Amino acid sequence: MDTLLGLIVLLIKIAVMLGGLLLAASYLVWLERKLLARLQIRLGPNRAGIFGLLQPIADAIKLLTKEDIVPSAADGFIFRLAPAVVAVTALLMFAVVPLGPDIRVFGRAVPMVITDLNVGLLFVFALSSLGVYGVALGGWASNSKFALLGGIRGAAQMISYELALGLSLVPVVMLAGSFSLTTIVDAQAGIPFIVLQPVSFAIFVISAMAESKRIPFDLPEAENELGAGFHTEYSGMRFGLFFLGEYVHIQVLGALTAVFFLGGWHGPLLPPVVWLMLKIFIVAVIMIWIRGTLPRLRYDQLMALGWKVLIPASLINIVVTGAFIQFGTI
Amino acid sequence: MSILTLLFYAIALLIVVATAMAVTRRNMVHAVLYLVLSFFGTAMLFYLLGAPFLAALEIIIYAGAIMVLFLFLIMMIRLKTLPGMFFPVGQLLPAILISAGFLVVSSVMVGRNPAGWAPMPAAQASPLAFGVYLFQTHWLAVEIASMLLLVALVGAYVLGRRVRGPSADAREEAP
Repeated sequence: MDTLLGLIVLLIKIAVMLGGLLLAASYLVWLERKLLARLQIRLGPNRAGIFGLLQPIADAIKLLTKEDIVPSAADGFIFRLAPAVVAVTALLMFAVVPLGPDIRVFGRAVPMVITDLNVGLLFVFALSSLGVYGVALGGWASNSKFALLGGIRGAAQMISYELALGLSLVPVVMLAGSFSLTTIVDAQAGIPFIVLQPVSFAIFVISAMAESKRIPFDLPEAENELGAGFHTEYSGMRFGLFFLGEYVHIQVLGALTAVFFLGGWHGPLLPPVVWLMLKIFIVAVIMIWIRGTLPRLRYDQLMALGWKVLIPASLINIVVTGAFIQFGTI
Repeated sequence: MSILTLLFYAIALLIVVATAMAVTRRNMVHAVLYLVLSFFGTAMLFYLLGAPFLAALEIIIYAGAIMVLFLFLIMMIRLKTLPGMFFPVGQLLPAILISAGFLVVSSVMVGRNPAGWAPMPAAQASPLAFGVYLFQTHWLAVEIASMLLLVALVGAYVLGRRVRGPSADAREEAP
């Protein structure tokens, strides 16, 4: 009986989480188009519904009903698999993000997280490093020059920034003393880690943005030189899945920034879930703002920033944090 | 037969099949993907045996970093598939000899200790316990491994420098 109940609760949590994520992803597209338009002194989508609010639904219907084209020279199986890899790895990361403290339903404690792994941080990190397969394989399987170049750039970029991303989280783990995201949030009940670890925060945000392949790090899909990069040959909902993956990834980035540095669901007055969503929203808006502001990095600048600035800085940061924990008062 | 045993054999089958597919594929990208699948199996096995930390590391390091690097190289070089036998005899023989030797040694090692045949009790090692055990008991091995990696790093640096002669920059400057 208890097992069955647990299973039902788990399925409900997964359904709510996935539904929320997909809905938020489609409206994030709307928000991005609107904000970018305002930044570029345009109006943005305004035909479907009031303020263009029905635009995401129209887009979804369009993508789902379009013809699904697989190029004849493509590697069929891998070509079909690649978009799913991108979307799945982005969606799965939310399995370990805590939405709030335990709530009590009919006298039973229900944790507000799908699963509290004791290696949660590594789980997120593993999924983020697997996401690159979607990009690299999609580019390779298309059998097109532009797509291949995009895929190769994606693989090189991800390998370079993964290291900085992982190293920037080591001080967070050192301060919290655990890989579990729930424990990391609990450790920030007093002071959020952004106050204690500003350097770590900066490195994390920069390398996470590079992992999500957005401007200024969008070399894998640089549209003015590569067509659309790794997804040049994709059409219909397979392209939609790449797109979905990107917008879920923005939410992942917001949630992880909130959990690791901004205190997760902790905050005064408002309920915990609202605080977390507010923090995710703020990070998403800042990312859209950055996209509207910065130019794309050159390839050598990208590599130099990753290997010569971020990685040494994060290593020094780890040593300094260790010294403070050993001798200081943190 | 408990559910854990069933899971163990299912995962073991997955690993063996995926690895066999990986070494027999002619398309290098397919081979890499089967190897990634095999690493996934290994990670699941680690998790099943109560080592979530090792499972995560297996995915991050092997599936997430090393195999991406392999894929990157294969995509860059674009190997042509060669006609003829996939395994030349000169490579096949040493491979068989080494794996047979490994099989003999490992089965002798497992068979020598009768406790090795007893079913393992279900347990889970926390990352903290694992770290403390590793760095207290096996610190020497960790240091030796890190020294080896340092040597490899310096070696790679030296090799990388030798290829780029001083003339490359000069040629680049000339219009």
